[in-house]
Amino acid sequence: MMQTPWQPSCSIEMLHLRAWLLAKIRAFFLEKAVLEVETPLLSHTIGTDPSLAFFATHYNLPPFYHRLFLQTSPEFAMKRLLAAGCGSIYQIAKAFRNGESGRFHNPEFTLLEWYRVGFTLPELMDEVAELIVSLFAEHAALSGVERHSYQAIFQQYTGLDALVFCYEDYCAYALANELPEAVALCEYDHALWLDVLFSHKVQPYLGKNSLCMIYGYPACQSSLARINADNSLVTDRVELFINGVELGNGFYELTDAVEQNQRFDAEIAVRQQNNLAAVVKDERLIAALNAGLPECSGIAIGLDRLLMLLSKSASIDEVLSFSIHRA
Amino acid sequence: MASYSTSEFKAGLKVMLDNDPCAIIENEFVKPGKGQAFNRVKIRNLKTGRVIERTFKSGESLEGADIVEMEMQYLYNDGEFRHFMNNESFEQYQCDEKIVGDTGKWLKDQDMCTVMLWNDAPIGVTPANFVELTIVETDPGVRGDTSGGGGKPAKLETGAVVRVPLFVQTDEMIKVDTRTGEYISRVKE
Repeated sequence: MMQTPWQPSCSIEMLHLRAWLLAKIRAFFLEKAVLEVETPLLSHTIGTDPSLAFFATHYNLPPFYHRLFLQTSPEFAMKRLLAAGCGSIYQIAKAFRNGESGRFHNPEFTLLEWYRVGFTLPELMDEVAELIVSLFAEHAALSGVERHSYQAIFQQYTGLDALVFCYEDYCAYALANELPEAVALCEYDHALWLDVLFSHKVQPYLGKNSLCMIYGYPACQSSLARINADNSLVTDRVELFINGVELGNGFYELTDAVEQNQRFDAEIAVRQQNNLAAVVKDERLIAALNAGLPECSGIAIGLDRLLMLLSKSASIDEVLSFSIHRA
Repeated sequence: MASYSTSEFKAGLKVMLDNDPCAIIENEFVKPGKGQAFNRVKIRNLKTGRVIERTFKSGESLEGADIVEMEMQYLYNDGEFRHFMNNESFEQYQCDEKIVGDTGKWLKDQDMCTVMLWNDAPIGVTPANFVELTIVETDPGVRGDTSGGGGKPAKLETGAVVRVPLFVQTDEMIKVDTRTGEYISRVKE
């Protein structure tokens, strides 16, 4: 008879490393007087981002049957806390993304998300560097911290201008650099071209044994970041990479309720065009922005990937107690 | 044939790509936190043996390829084609040299080998891991040398040339590992 595999995916040492990591993070924020919070994993609404698939379930309380969603990120609830005047906050939370499974993905994963009231994005990046460098110092010390603009790093590795889309140049590059399928895959979609070219031709080389922070993303990839005040082609968004692994994403947060509402509508329209699951926008977030979200910067870091990097693990399964195949 | 979505891609799966049958070697899920999901797939063209990388949008699918690998007996070479037979159905298949390729140098009449069929037509032949072949030509060895330290080239009955120890002589039968082309031992008849 076949044995049912009941054992954890990770080693016992990994459980200790995770516990150590959580304790270090909590100590870091305690010292900086950033408040730890908890927000619901199960909510009535969900983010509209067309690239994130969600899990939905039903709340059965006869005669009421509500559709509820497992959160793809705690962002909206944390922003409502910020609007309520809680000051700087952080959370260590589970997040859920449907259909994401691979060497670097598990559909249920752990995020560290924090918001700093009054911080600009460069100030938040300083704090990120402080935290990450201190965490690695006890394991495999990083050789340094780099900061590059998206435009500069994209230019360096591909020779292309990331901010201004030139279809002919992008196609010529793909054909000459073993990515001919990109032409049919991306067509005239600038954001999709950037995803394909960046993840294949730039990201693998970022942060060799160092923390690499890429800021100034093209405006078409702004998500919930604010458009840069001096250059409308870029957005105040930052991504973190270590040894080619995407580790986190941060924004100088959009506080304008009208613009947030427009972005929701635009994303809902994209969902309709692509026959993706329909969602309604989170009116409570819009109402909170209307009431006033303080100027702030926020970032989310994937703790499972951070553990992979700290322990030099090849697969996310090696750092999870039970990966999705065993959960 | 069924079609397979990127989430079903795994090593060994046989699919059609650019009208050729291919085998998936590796499948990696790639997804920027705020972007489109892809699958970066390493894939071998089963007709040419060439390995390429190809990126698909997650959720795309490929047609399965009707690939069957079958144990067959190598019968003979008629000068133009080599002939093989399925010993269970007695069905015979012929392959030209382009399909047999480098494998031809290990094929001895009546030996078993593996033939890969695509839509019931041969596209590749793999020899057994170990074959026993007779040496037809090699320099006489030095008397007393039994170590096999240096070695010398020996031509086998099928045309292959392998390095053998100095003590091995013409007309002797030897065992060879076809995956490395290395001499294993003498075979006592």
